[in-house]
Amino acid sequence: MTTPPDSAEADQPVPPAPVLVLERAVKSFGAVHALEDGSVTLYAGEAHALLGENGAGKSTLVKILAGVHQPESGRLLIDGEPVTFAGPAASRAAGVSIIYQEPTLFPDLTVAENIFVGRQPLRGGRRVDPADMSRRAREIFARLGVHIDPARPARGLSVADQQIVEIAKALSFNARVIVMDEPTAALTLVEVDRLFEVARTLCSQGAAVLFISHRLEEVFALCQRATIMRDGRFVRTDLVADLTIDDIIRSMVGRDLAALFPKSDTAPGEVLLKVDRLTREGVFTDVSFSVRRGEIVALAGLVGAGRSEVARAIFGIDRRDAGTVEVRGKALPGSSPRAAMAAGVALVPEDRRQQGLVMEMAIDHNVALASLDNLQEHGLIRRSKEQLLASDWATRLQLKYGRVQSPVSTLSGGNQQKVVLAKWLARGPQVLIIDEPTRGIDVGTKAEVHRLLDELVAQGVAVLMISSELPEVLGMADRVLVIREGRLVAEIARADADEDSIMRAATGQLAVTSA
Amino acid sequence: MTVLDQPSPATSVLARRGDVLLRARELGICLAIVIVFGLTTLKNSGFAGVLSVQQLLTGASLFALLAVGETMVIVTRNVDLSVGSVLGLSAYLVGDYFKHNPHAPIVMGFVIGIAIGALVGAINGAVTTLFRVPSLVVTLAALYIVRGFLAHVVNGRRIESDSIPEAFQKIGYKTVPGIDRLPWLAVLVIVVVAVVAYTMKSFRWARDVYAIGSNPDAAALAGLPVARRVFTAFVISGALAGLGGALFLAEFATVDASGGTGYELQVVSAVVVGGVAIFGGSGTVFGAALGALLLNMINQALGALGVSSFWTYAVAGALLLIAIAFDRWVGLRVALRQRTGAGGAHVV
Repeated sequence: MTTPPDSAEADQPVPPAPVLVLERAVKSFGAVHALEDGSVTLYAGEAHALLGENGAGKSTLVKILAGVHQPESGRLLIDGEPVTFAGPAASRAAGVSIIYQEPTLFPDLTVAENIFVGRQPLRGGRRVDPADMSRRAREIFARLGVHIDPARPARGLSVADQQIVEIAKALSFNARVIVMDEPTAALTLVEVDRLFEVARTLCSQGAAVLFISHRLEEVFALCQRATIMRDGRFVRTDLVADLTIDDIIRSMVGRDLAALFPKSDTAPGEVLLKVDRLTREGVFTDVSFSVRRGEIVALAGLVGAGRSEVARAIFGIDRRDAGTVEVRGKALPGSSPRAAMAAGVALVPEDRRQQGLVMEMAIDHNVALASLDNLQEHGLIRRSKEQLLASDWATRLQLKYGRVQSPVSTLSGGNQQKVVLAKWLARGPQVLIIDEPTRGIDVGTKAEVHRLLDELVAQGVAVLMISSELPEVLGMADRVLVIREGRLVAEIARADADEDSIMRAATGQLAVTSA
Repeated sequence: MTVLDQPSPATSVLARRGDVLLRARELGICLAIVIVFGLTTLKNSGFAGVLSVQQLLTGASLFALLAVGETMVIVTRNVDLSVGSVLGLSAYLVGDYFKHNPHAPIVMGFVIGIAIGALVGAINGAVTTLFRVPSLVVTLAALYIVRGFLAHVVNGRRIESDSIPEAFQKIGYKTVPGIDRLPWLAVLVIVVVAVVAYTMKSFRWARDVYAIGSNPDAAALAGLPVARRVFTAFVISGALAGLGGALFLAEFATVDASGGTGYELQVVSAVVVGGVAIFGGSGTVFGAALGALLLNMINQALGALGVSSFWTYAVAGALLLIAIAFDRWVGLRVALRQRTGAGGAHVV
């Protein structure tokens, strides 16, 4: 199983020399060994997947390639020549470009300036030449086969477009190695397709693409080879065609994984959440549905279709213009999250860093945040109760943490998500609205979150789940509601739901109404 | 959506509209200036008189000059609160120099003023960038330290106008031949504003300054010399405050330990009213200079209308709120438009 990198290299035919080789890179932060054997070999023209759970050392490896971290030992070869990157500039000069999950653009500058920042084309007197800059930006977009106006400010570009701008920036450096660190996490399917189109163009023009994603189906769609890491160590490099999803997961996790989508059959009970003709002008219109006790209902659709907005309006964060929401038969007033909470509704938001957690605050404070009313005596919060609550939930959700007093920012993404879940589950909700339950978290934790959802419905909770990951929707939901352009366009029963039916409804190619 | 064709008219219109909005900010301030000037003149015709306009331009000049330097610092997502103290220090030391060297060439006054300011700016910049201390704290400390040092040096004395060369004082009160409302002081400041405005648009290092303020982490990842650019911004802000000190001396011809007290907040107000984002990344020195002119004009207009000086502060505060509310409104509109635009794009 643990094939040494040398033999993986030896499998390759001799003539095409690798453009980049990283061998046995070691990096630790204090006592934490982030990377003990970081090895990867990239050839020109290939799309190469880098796989591993969160904490497997992928990000550290990427940051070594980016020149952000310097390895303590190990070798880095570019075109067979050993190199060391003193900083990001050296890495870029060697032809390595990184596309981060959260693109790092300058919102106030134009798209063209973002591409050429620090290296703008000049005219006489060492002055920046805006016309030439625009022209060159246009040329690069033409090579990529996309259109983005170089003169517009970067503020307001979609994440997908921001990534395209980052790729254009990489091309302007004549990058030969392009590392994409979870680029698809926040993209819609259409945007993922366009990104893959661009990535294939890059490969056909001779670049090597190192692709990181938690979505294995994307790896199969794009990559020719895959390197798998576990616990900071290289595990194997293989042709993707020779791998199955089970092989990959086993190599990543180091053991056989219980089913990713544990779903027990439950008989739905009475209606707990009833939404009737809910409307928010310009955002969504006439949305009606209900969720029963012991049922998971998925809200599917493209990003921007209005799914999260519906959830926000139900919970009372956003104003409602028309329509009613009932919880256990009682009308829920609008614009009051407090009232929603009192009625037994919980909302786990889509962006845990911005909306779900106070990143610099301790784990126990974060867990207790929604339950402070129950933790206080005479207006003062009982610290001991708070800690008890946090450690209790940490055990129940198998949270991996150092101390409950550590800031939540020290946890991995999956464990952060568990803290958000703990915060809301601590209130014992009847109706759980959960927006992108497993975005950007590793496969092991994903399975745990799914098992937890399954347990909750077995206990009689009604779950409304918003998800952009179709396998998750298909695996977990009893019913699928599809929203397109702010309208509920389809309701599909579990038995009839498949990728095709949902995507057709979501993109408006065919309105399916089986309900 | 993935096919490249001619630049779509929709997007270029959008971009142009964004541009117009930005320019509208400066146009808006110009409009406000015209309205305040017009209304005040209607009530009190003396407001448009030669002396009054001269006084207005002279008074606004110093603030406009400081606002230019402050803009560079604020664009990098920092702030320089020491400009008032630096101006005071420079004014006194230049005066002291002329007192002891009555026959020195007047250009030495500028050289010394700029050098003193640049030195304090360099210390501000070095402490901020080397020790990664928030500039708010560093320059607040500098405000007090410089003022304290100045009080120690001055020791209760005062530089009187007879110690200052006549030619130097003329810069403060002489006007351009033929345009008797336009003082040389204002001409000098206009030249500085024009030069810095052009620089901020046209040179790589100045574009770096915007990039740094717009997204500091991304600037570091892009390999921009963040610390050096922030340092430079502080040096320029200090140097302009030092130049302001020399001009303060030329204008008032007398100085003690209190010159420039409280200027820093008026300067920051002018910069914000002038459309510079307080969290960095955008805004122009031109707008900031106009902001300084507007605030000064309102001060003077209220005086000309016989309104109590209490109201000048209240009006300055209200203007700040209006400016920020305007920015927020524009920001929301842009966000809303882009969201609906993006929503459409996904479905295509």
